[in-house]
Amino acid sequence: MDFTEDQILRYSRHILLPEVGGEGQERILNARVVLVGAGGLGSPVGYYLAAAGVGTIGVIDNDRVEISNLQRQIAHHTGRLGVLKADSAKETFETLNPDVKVITHKERLTSGNIKDIIKDYDIVVDGSDNFPTRYLVNDACVMLKKTLVSAAVFRFEGQVMTIVPGEGPCYRCLFEIPPPPGMVPSCQEAGILGVVTGVIGTIQATEVIKVILGIGQPLKGSLLLWNALDMSFRKVKVPHNRECPVCGEHPTITELIDYEQFCSMSH
Amino acid sequence: MEAEANNGFIPQSAIANPQCEVTMADELKIDKTLDIKGQVCPYTFVRSKLAIEKMGLGEVLEIVTDHKPASENVPRSMENEGQKVLKIDQVGEKEWHIFVRKDKDKVKK
Repeated sequence: MDFTEDQILRYSRHILLPEVGGEGQERILNARVVLVGAGGLGSPVGYYLAAAGVGTIGVIDNDRVEISNLQRQIAHHTGRLGVLKADSAKETFETLNPDVKVITHKERLTSGNIKDIIKDYDIVVDGSDNFPTRYLVNDACVMLKKTLVSAAVFRFEGQVMTIVPGEGPCYRCLFEIPPPPGMVPSCQEAGILGVVTGVIGTIQATEVIKVILGIGQPLKGSLLLWNALDMSFRKVKVPHNRECPVCGEHPTITELIDYEQFCSMSH
Repeated sequence: MEAEANNGFIPQSAIANPQCEVTMADELKIDKTLDIKGQVCPYTFVRSKLAIEKMGLGEVLEIVTDHKPASENVPRSMENEGQKVLKIDQVGEKEWHIFVRKDKDKVKK
């Protein structure tokens, strides 16, 4: 492709990198990435992907911006209270970079709509705040063979894993079924240091860009754990489970499951 | 020091760069000329890199710059990315012609 003058300037620091160049930047511009949630994780992910020039960014979220979100959800601001997060994020990302087209999906993901929504994207980024969605997204990505960059945060900690169906473990290889309601502290009890979502979301964005460019080693088959208080990173190997109910040799989960919602940050 | 492009005179900038093979200008078949006079670093290399990416293996790109740091930095960056710098001619006080052959096609992984 021929870059415009503005694009040459905007992406010059990418083009300079031997691992990117004009060819890599073109791949980034042609990439289609969908964010599950435009909250603490989805905000920094979308921000950096928009800055990088990811041409099509989908945003799945049906919540509205609340004042309690603004301690960490940097895609939104005080002037957007009450606005749908998908619309607020679209405005932020498209204003940052006119090369980016944001497609909003203002609905809650269910077994009924998820495949239709994610089928047109190359990479799915999970920044959801609850187990039912996390498992639903994992299973749908395995079934449609979509690369999934999954992450979660809790208090001062975060974890990230990149799932490439057929090439490594999935989320269910790690935790076969969701914990029962009551076993985990609800999000209202848990709390989160705002900046932790920024660090973990930024790592997710890094993974997405690496996958688009086909460079480096994504967190495929390993779970990255980060603790803000110790400032420690740890990588744990995650083997592929041959008996995994969704990506194993004899899958028992062949239909998507809607687990009961038992925790939602939006309340 | 003034160096004519076609009299076999080796420009100082080429002597300073031992990787640089000096050939007579009229032996070179130039496939594309990129005039980036007025451009400064890093856009000198950004634009040179974008130009050479679009060329075929073995083709020769001539880069014309009036930015002295670029006369050193662009050839070095080109070599770092696996391309072959054939010659650097200084023409007058403030103009350099850099000849680069495309030896590498894919981005480095």
